[in-house]
Amino acid sequence: MVVKMKIAVLSGKGGTGKTLVSVNLASTAKDATYIDCDVEEPNGHLFFKPKQIIEEQVTVSVPQIEQGLCSGCRKCVEFCKFNALAYVKDKVMVFNEVCHSCGGCKILCPNHAISEIKKSIGALQSGTSENVKVISGFLNVGEVSGVPIIKKILEKGCSTNGITFIDCPPGSACTAMESISDADYCILVAEPTIFGVHNLNMVYELVKLFNKPFGVILNKCSKEENPAQEFCINRNIKILGTIPFDKELGTINSNGLIAVRENEKYRELFNELLDNLIKEVQHETVVNP
Amino acid sequence: MKIAIPVDENSNDTKVCMSFGRTPYFLIYNTDTQKKEYLDNSAIASQGGAGIKAAQTIIDNSVEALLTPRCGENAADVFNTAGVKLYKTINDSVDDNIEAFKNNKLSILGQIHPGFHGHGG
Repeated sequence: MVVKMKIAVLSGKGGTGKTLVSVNLASTAKDATYIDCDVEEPNGHLFFKPKQIIEEQVTVSVPQIEQGLCSGCRKCVEFCKFNALAYVKDKVMVFNEVCHSCGGCKILCPNHAISEIKKSIGALQSGTSENVKVISGFLNVGEVSGVPIIKKILEKGCSTNGITFIDCPPGSACTAMESISDADYCILVAEPTIFGVHNLNMVYELVKLFNKPFGVILNKCSKEENPAQEFCINRNIKILGTIPFDKELGTINSNGLIAVRENEKYRELFNELLDNLIKEVQHETVVNP
Repeated sequence: MKIAIPVDENSNDTKVCMSFGRTPYFLIYNTDTQKKEYLDNSAIASQGGAGIKAAQTIIDNSVEALLTPRCGENAADVFNTAGVKLYKTINDSVDDNIEAFKNNKLSILGQIHPGFHGHGG
């Protein structure tokens, strides 16, 4: 049977295990695409070390002012909700980093003094690593928003078959929202601490707001009590599985290796997680098509 | 000449506000007439670029110097282009700072922060 689904992997903060989970699940699946939407600090490629890399630039449009045509009416300055324009000493100043590329200023200018130019904000890299197609987004340092890059990666990733794992940026801000917008199912990765519960709650509220089916993977579990597990049980949240607090797993991961490719016991662990996940997603699509 | 200070209230017992771009009000003080007037800062509710919009308000009111605890780089760009001088406030008292400005005791604001952009998305 051909399984085609898009799974977003989220957490309320960095370092919870999003990349561990998405990289290892993608490596476990037969036909998978891994998409790194954490464009401010993408690190999935460090594990996959993809080959046959193709890079393409991501650009946005920003206004360019022909000052000689400007009458100083300030329509553009007043229109811009992001305040990317200012009128100083009879000239329009443009703040490219603040611009959201809506193009409104160009349309409104009665003197046709505004045109648009392309500005690179980062790049996409696509490659392959064994069975996995790897697509990563890289936002240039100093750029404010990674959303245009995320939009472009998702466009690219969605054309592929099999299971797509979307490694999301941490937190619940615009970039995380954009990353899950097209997902069929969300995995929330949680740490077994009170702080972990706080972070889990952030993404829990986000997926509820977006009406996405979701389940939780409890990471770094020990024999101690697990507040994140209690949080899930109290709210009837599906727990897809647990990953142990394990020095060997931590060492493999911190050496930039993929656990399921290194050790059979981790392959079994992630195989079971993947089975649970697929069952759960198919169940969700039957219940809430 | 006119000078501006970001302030918390629009009354004479107000303190200097810590934020420039998102201050609720600006005090505009005319050193020639010694008159104070208060302006609403419409940039306070901006989704982004508050510093740029606040700087626009200041320059549109023909202010020549801004006395502020801090200022972000985008607003500082607007002020540099407009030729408005930035001075660092010495404490949160409006009158102390005006007095210090008149006596040439304020130093130029040297540290321009990179802004607090993108927090909370």
